[in-house]
Amino acid sequence: MNREGRGATAPTAGTAAQAPATFTGNRGLDLEEGLIFEIGRSEVTGVDIPEPPDFRARLGGLERKVAPDLPGLSEPEAMRHYVRLSRMNYGIDSGLFPLGSCTMKHNPRLNEKMARLAGFADIHPLQPVSTVQGALAVMTELSRYLLELTGMAAVALPPKAGAHGELCGMMAIKAAHLAADQGHRHVVVVPESAHGTNPATAASIGYEVRAIPARADGTVDVEAVKAALSPEVAALMLTNPNTCGLFEPDVVKIAAAVHEAGAYFYADGANFNAILGKVRIGDLGVDAMHINLHKTFSTPHGGGGPGAGPVVLSPALAPFAPVPCVVEHGGALTLVEDEGAAGAEAALGRMSAFHGQMGMFVRALAWMLSHGADGMRQASEDAVLSANYVRASLNDLMSVPFPDRPAMHEALFDDTWLAGTGISTLDVAKALIDEGYHPMTVYFPLVVHGAMLIEPTESESKASLDLFIATLRDLALAAKAGDTARFLGAPYYAPRRRLDETRAARAPVLRWLKSAPLGAAAE
Amino acid sequence: MTSVRYTKDHEYVRVDGAVAVVGISDYAQSQLGDVVFVELPDVGKTVEKGKEAAVVESVKAASEVYAPLSGEVVEVNAELEGNPGLVNTDAEGQGWFLKLKLADPAELDALMDADAYKAFLDTLG
Amino acid sequence: MRYLPLTADDRAEMMARIGIASVDALFADIPKDKREGELPDLPRAKGELEVERQLARLAAKNVPAGSVPFFVGAGAYRHHVPASVDHLIQRSEFLTSYTPYQPEIAQGTLQYLFEFQTQVAELTGMEVANASMYDGSTAAAEAVLMAHRVTRRRKAVLAGNLHPHYRATIETVSRYADDAVAALAPVPAGGEDLLSAIDESVSCIVVQSPDVFGNLVDLKPIAAKAHAAGALLIAVFTEVVSLGLVEPPGAQGADIVVGEGQSIGNALNFGGPYVGLFATRPKFIRQMPGRLAGETVDAEGRRGFVLTLSTREQHIRREKATSNICTNSGLCALAFTIHMSLLGRTGLTRLARLNHASACDLAERLAAVPGVEVLNATFFNEFTIRVPGKAADVIERLAQKGVLGGVPYSRLAPKAGLDDLILVAATETTTEDDRAAYAAALKEVLA
Repeated sequence: MNREGRGATAPTAGTAAQAPATFTGNRGLDLEEGLIFEIGRSEVTGVDIPEPPDFRARLGGLERKVAPDLPGLSEPEAMRHYVRLSRMNYGIDSGLFPLGSCTMKHNPRLNEKMARLAGFADIHPLQPVSTVQGALAVMTELSRYLLELTGMAAVALPPKAGAHGELCGMMAIKAAHLAADQGHRHVVVVPESAHGTNPATAASIGYEVRAIPARADGTVDVEAVKAALSPEVAALMLTNPNTCGLFEPDVVKIAAAVHEAGAYFYADGANFNAILGKVRIGDLGVDAMHINLHKTFSTPHGGGGPGAGPVVLSPALAPFAPVPCVVEHGGALTLVEDEGAAGAEAALGRMSAFHGQMGMFVRALAWMLSHGADGMRQASEDAVLSANYVRASLNDLMSVPFPDRPAMHEALFDDTWLAGTGISTLDVAKALIDEGYHPMTVYFPLVVHGAMLIEPTESESKASLDLFIATLRDLALAAKAGDTARFLGAPYYAPRRRLDETRAARAPVLRWLKSAPLGAAAE
Repeated sequence: MTSVRYTKDHEYVRVDGAVAVVGISDYAQSQLGDVVFVELPDVGKTVEKGKEAAVVESVKAASEVYAPLSGEVVEVNAELEGNPGLVNTDAEGQGWFLKLKLADPAELDALMDADAYKAFLDTLG
Repeated sequence: MRYLPLTADDRAEMMARIGIASVDALFADIPKDKREGELPDLPRAKGELEVERQLARLAAKNVPAGSVPFFVGAGAYRHHVPASVDHLIQRSEFLTSYTPYQPEIAQGTLQYLFEFQTQVAELTGMEVANASMYDGSTAAAEAVLMAHRVTRRRKAVLAGNLHPHYRATIETVSRYADDAVAALAPVPAGGEDLLSAIDESVSCIVVQSPDVFGNLVDLKPIAAKAHAAGALLIAVFTEVVSLGLVEPPGAQGADIVVGEGQSIGNALNFGGPYVGLFATRPKFIRQMPGRLAGETVDAEGRRGFVLTLSTREQHIRREKATSNICTNSGLCALAFTIHMSLLGRTGLTRLARLNHASACDLAERLAAVPGVEVLNATFFNEFTIRVPGKAADVIERLAQKGVLGGVPYSRLAPKAGLDDLILVAATETTTEDDRAAYAAALKEVLA
């Protein structure tokens, strides 16, 4: 008999615990990867560039004397390096990404395709406006959508991220006060539960920050706001829905009190995803709000940016919008680029070079066109429904600090349920990594002890939510049963175990150096 | 004669003649976790009792350190720059922050002595 | 709706678990009279094909740079980006990841940021760089604020030949922070007197090289004067490719180096998103804004990376943070670092030479056009010409002839009284035919 082929593989005895160490440190598809400085060589290049014909240089003696020590990679080496690095990352496409206050929703690939059309990607911000009418039309159309969804008077597109939008909005408020001879107003009121960018932004333009506490039910007390208001107050900064995931029920009264005191109402739009098509913030008395296009309108988070943070403004603040802005003039669109020019007489100034994050505008507009009015409202409803479903499915095992109100698009838990287990919020987060999930936001908001903020977004199927809920229930039962090993050593199965952050901060190694051998602390 | 006094914000002050050595208590360092950086004032600066005199950073938190007494900074602990872990290993010894020339030694009387501080810590549970 | 996985049955089951009859119950905290009854006055959902058609129609109304002889620069430059760069940045695990707050499952992002920081430090000749800023102009504004913190002075001097948008960005932030700014007048042919503007009241002097007109600036005497006065030199560049050929600011004594990184890895995108580069000296690290990736080890002793020194940042320091910045330009920084890794020292040097050669050739051709004067003694890949009449009109007429011939300086600074200047850029994407076409068209326009 001449048998051809070979036997099929079948599971054999042996467990992961008995798995032998490998020579490379790799574990099958889990691949280690060195730094480009270790694998590249300075004489190698992955881009073929011809030498120019002889020419007379015009550098005037300022030639670079020592060429930069930059390794090159051929294209195959580069592909492998970055593909291997990418595999050490977790993205929305990898699995459920319930990072509260970050709105990690699906990023449609149509958006990417549209942003790469040559008519959008390959146009220069300073080429003649007659050659970019389509780009200005995108900005106009995006503005129309944002204004309709918020009920506001004007929108400033330039800010490059949420915090930059906050800065823009707060500058508009300061400009309005200065124009009205109210420059003595030097205090900004911020609830303790606010995101850190709020006080940082106010302080960066010279405002004194006055913090007000939250009520026991997680919302802001209109009486506390009133008590903090005075002729010195320039603005209130409030996130709504707030950082505890609740809609501020007294928001209209709060806005009235703020206006009564001669101050403006700045809303942080981080949680806009909960109310899209449900309520217009202009109807609530808001004077300015930034909108994170990378949250609500699905432009990719990209490992921490780029973002885009357009700011919508009330009629009182609209004249102070920064340059540039798009205006229609005789049937054509044009850009007002200079402070003080017609159409921008009271402009607060300029936030950055050029006209804002065009690449993000196209993506966000593609998302809005795809969803339409009906789809956007449905998206918000699904996001809120999913968060409440998670909360209702876990509240018997995990503690909910503010159970009396419906959650909006985030479910907030504290760490009371972990009392006596020896397990912390951080340990739960790390155990979730082993289960194949990105952890929720932890220890934010600061006003809740050991906070766990879960934002499932509208992008999850019910089956996905159910498995996530079942996982958290299993972890909760394990924690209560004293299975501490599953938590304290976690993650076991990630590309890295817990990292030594103390070492990183005490002796910072912020770049590769030839003299610093692998793993050694430099300097 | 040396005596150590404490504040409710967990700073200690060890008085030796007209100069007081200021730092954070052993309890405070245990609450902070691994200290990674201490921001110290310039020598010659005048600090006011109860106002910020230094900042102590752990990996994920930054805490202000208030002057327990008013006075002029005459020396800061240069060792902390290269070895902030001294605050963890020897908070009330080598992990000191700064030395003050006291403006008003009588302010000292309002602070807790070691026994009173220990009793205060017990109330914190 | 193709992006929403829940079905009507799913929603009903979920509502049953929560114990509500209608999803409206979840919105009960919104005042009833404020809730939107009707849908917003916007079109209904559309399929991919319809959306694609609608946006492609708008895109078609623009003139892409690649479709014409193209010489526009002034802070954003058209370069060839290798195909692999765009492929790699669209890997899901890069594109759809978030700020690496959970380092165990974000080593990919953290390692490329560490590599990016090292590349930026090498390029600029500085010791440390952060993980990127929004763009060059906001990086410049942050650098000024940082200099104020370091020196405890609150007055910045801006060179007259700083890009007017950068100047306006710095002036805007400074105005609202009540900091002083002294902006000097532009000197298009270069050779500005910057030294006499520096004294002991000044926190920093901000100098761009190549400057907005393209001139290279010798930073060494400025650094010396600044340091003697206890001030910092902030060096700015808008064309990072220049660092392949020009002496880096770090070798000339700069204290903070900021610039625009768009040229490497990133498309023109009508002005954004771009990537701001920010580098400084080790002694200033704790005053630096933005995120930093640092090396450490994990529980098993393996090398790994984390975000570090985060006590400088807003999420911990709140109103005492070094900056309010939160988001950086992660994906654009990734595109930058991939492209730079492909180039390496060899590729970057060749790229820079080719750019310089292209611009030198163009300068010769334009100087030969009657009525045109090239102002620069030195430049890298961009220079300034003086034309008879209004530069803006010349540019419009060139556009009608299908040549995008540069930026009228008056568009950047309408009040400067410099209405006859055009900033002209040439890169490796400019062909000899393009340059010949420009000279010919300009000759016709001026005839």
